[in-house]
Amino acid sequence: MDMAVNVIRQHLIDPEICIRCNTCEAICPVQAITHDSRNYVVDAEKCNLCMACISPCPTGSIDNWRTMPKVRAYGTAEQLEWEVLPPELTSEELTEAGVAASEVPASEPSPPSLVAAAEGETSFNSAQYGATVAPWSAAHPYANLYGPKAAEKSATATVTGNVRVTEVGKDYDTHHIVLDFGAMPFPVLEGQSIGIVPPGTDERGRPHHPRQYSIASPRNGERPGYNNVSLTIKRVLEDYSGTPVRGVASNYMCDLKVGDKVEVIGPFGTTFLMPNHPRSHVVMICTGTGSAPMRAMTEWRRRLRASGKFEGGKLMLFFGARTKEELPYFGPLQSLPKDFIDINLAFSRTAGQTKRYVQDLMRERAADLAALLADSNAHFYVCGLKAMEEGVVLALRDVAVKSGLNWDTVAADLKKQGRLHLETY
Amino acid sequence: MTINYSEKIPNNVNLGEDRTLQRALEQWQPNFLSWWDDMGPEGSTNFDVYLRTAISVDPQGWAQFGHVKMPDYRWGIFLNPGEQDRKIHFGDHKGEAAWQDVPGEYRANLRRIIVTQGDTEPASVEQQRHLGLTAPSQYDLRNLFQVNVEEGRHLWAMVYLLHRYFGRDGREEAEALLERRSGQEDNPRILQAFNEQTPDWLSFFMFTYFTDRDGKFQLCALAESSFDPLARTTKFMLTEEAHHMFVGESGVGRVIARTCQMMNELKTDDAKKLRAAGVIDLPTLQRYINFHFSVTVDLFGADESSNAATFYSTGLKGRYEEGKRVDDHQLRGQTYKVLAVENGALVEREVPMLNALNEVLRDDYIKDSVAGVERWNKVIEKAGIPYRLKVPHKAFHRNIGALAGSKISPDGRVVSEAEWAAKKDEWLPSDSDRAFVGSLMGRVVEPGKFANWIAPPVMGINRQPVDFEYVRFG
Repeated sequence: MDMAVNVIRQHLIDPEICIRCNTCEAICPVQAITHDSRNYVVDAEKCNLCMACISPCPTGSIDNWRTMPKVRAYGTAEQLEWEVLPPELTSEELTEAGVAASEVPASEPSPPSLVAAAEGETSFNSAQYGATVAPWSAAHPYANLYGPKAAEKSATATVTGNVRVTEVGKDYDTHHIVLDFGAMPFPVLEGQSIGIVPPGTDERGRPHHPRQYSIASPRNGERPGYNNVSLTIKRVLEDYSGTPVRGVASNYMCDLKVGDKVEVIGPFGTTFLMPNHPRSHVVMICTGTGSAPMRAMTEWRRRLRASGKFEGGKLMLFFGARTKEELPYFGPLQSLPKDFIDINLAFSRTAGQTKRYVQDLMRERAADLAALLADSNAHFYVCGLKAMEEGVVLALRDVAVKSGLNWDTVAADLKKQGRLHLETY
Repeated sequence: MTINYSEKIPNNVNLGEDRTLQRALEQWQPNFLSWWDDMGPEGSTNFDVYLRTAISVDPQGWAQFGHVKMPDYRWGIFLNPGEQDRKIHFGDHKGEAAWQDVPGEYRANLRRIIVTQGDTEPASVEQQRHLGLTAPSQYDLRNLFQVNVEEGRHLWAMVYLLHRYFGRDGREEAEALLERRSGQEDNPRILQAFNEQTPDWLSFFMFTYFTDRDGKFQLCALAESSFDPLARTTKFMLTEEAHHMFVGESGVGRVIARTCQMMNELKTDDAKKLRAAGVIDLPTLQRYINFHFSVTVDLFGADESSNAATFYSTGLKGRYEEGKRVDDHQLRGQTYKVLAVENGALVEREVPMLNALNEVLRDDYIKDSVAGVERWNKVIEKAGIPYRLKVPHKAFHRNIGALAGSKISPDGRVVSEAEWAAKKDEWLPSDSDRAFVGSLMGRVVEPGKFANWIAPPVMGINRQPVDFEYVRFG
């Protein structure tokens, strides 16, 4: 391996195409790029191949590479004199310079963050793929019936249930909470969320901000025919970086007793809604409490199926958690019939097993997912921590590309037709 | 510094935490969109254009490519990351901490600088709004639209400063930016060059090469400003401005390449024959250069200006690459040479450098412009044709400053009114030149096809092939 040090892919700028705009020099984190009144040049000694200059270059002149014996790398003084780029050394010239063919790097380096990106892209922005419209067969949602801008500032709900749904004894504590609105109108759809206003004030004496939670129950109530909704709430004991923090709203909610009153605003959300036409498919991809809307959709389809009056399409669920014990609703999920829902569970921290993420499962199920990506009756829902979003969308893209679909077209259709919905936090 | 896209106005300035400002900008936003509908690129609303959109200000984030409809472009507010404990590095306040807010005594001047800069952004969109109808290729159409949306974003950048730091006056100025119209008699744009028409694609390429380069130099000077938010916002604008330079330089370069190719094919330098073959002869290109260069050097303002001195001394606007210069950064007692006409000849006069800072910036600009023209000459040289393009003397065809009114030839001779009248059409594009160039303008929209008068680019945008579908027509 130490032989490879003798040969480099040298980064060079094409003086014929470069317009001397200075963008690369301004952006280079290690000051490897300099210029005089003629040329912009890259110092091979300083350049660490981080590729930060590549995508910002408006001309493409920055993206030039030459295989060179390290000792013969073009110096900056030499580059400043160039009017054109020198040609690649021929294999004879390289051999003459003592470079064996096996030493020649196959291609220019690429920055680590771009590894998964397809050719022609600079980096991946998963958020841009999310739809901003609902599926065509979505039911019409009501939104913002209660809130600062609505006629009624808030609605009061009564707690009618509060059950822990993850195993006791783990520090991971997730609750299934049922709120009843009594006679107050609070119509909701699967995929919508509501806001909880914790009582009291914060340390500066101001009322707490409302916290938003996805509804985990279907449109006709947690208990069919009742004016109630359920929520999946994880007790927050530490923040994203692991520092101990007691989440104001989650702890308030998890500690509620049956009969307590809760101040609620909402409902919110007009696009993350399920399709309602016969034979429409729903693909659900979630982690942790991101399962709430998936539970709502699954339950609604289960009730429709039980009614015998609706011909549902496929339901496919990819559900990830650190361990089996942390999966909210783990038990009830397992008892759903296989021909009703296709469940795929991933655990990233099960002792003695390799880490598996939802995107790994998705790749395993590529054949089924590809057919669904191409089917305008299939709708995709992603809900969970922000960190999963990119991996999930990249997995979808890989599935599409591997099966010969044009991702650009597929992605544009998913977005335009309201078929890919991302809700991450 | 990630950009918050969940909000109506994408931004990396925590807009959500300032509800008053957010509301004010959200009220301005529909007016901006309605201005875009009225004055933006004609008939383009339903096109899916392969555009570059910034999603963050770091290298990986600000060059994201994808097909979007222009009215859906995410115009927003992006500032470069702040530099901790940044110090003022020129002028009377040198060494003090950079301002995070507008000092009361400089409020009027700063507002004027920002409004003048901001006004050029929508103006150029207005000037270019008909060009889409005669694009020489999809690739060029895409480049035009990219320039247009980024000018729109630059307007946002300036409007943010006006709203955020200038209260009610700022909001009124922001409205006025959407009300003035390029070339409109009763409510024109502030600077004259932005009231001229951009009637054809050659003018567009010349404009992006020469006039947008003025923008680059103004932005560079403002990127040095002691008013930190202005410095940070203009720094990010410069990364976008580079694309405009590219469109101009490569555009003119491709016109030259095509002409040279035809000259070699036909073995002629006869302008008539070349025009009959549908390409633009080199002398006509030279006249276009003369025109656009001279109109643009006027934009730097009067050669002696007490405003320029004030802007510098008070730290509002630095010199080009102020930070890289090694002098005292205060310039008191130093002098600089400016031109004047005395006894029928051009002479150099020494004047206090502080008063000559417009001229300093103009000379930096000229140096930068000349370098690109030399690169065009390389194209001609490579084709084996003995012809050189050059920028005219900086005193040629001036309408602002001490030289306004003097008649000076492109090689820097003071000439009589009679000689000027006789030679004018050799030096500047004549009506017949413009009519000829206009006659070449026809729309080419098939991917990979180019109009006869321009060569294809050497490479596509973002490593895409040249025949990529850069614009999908709705």
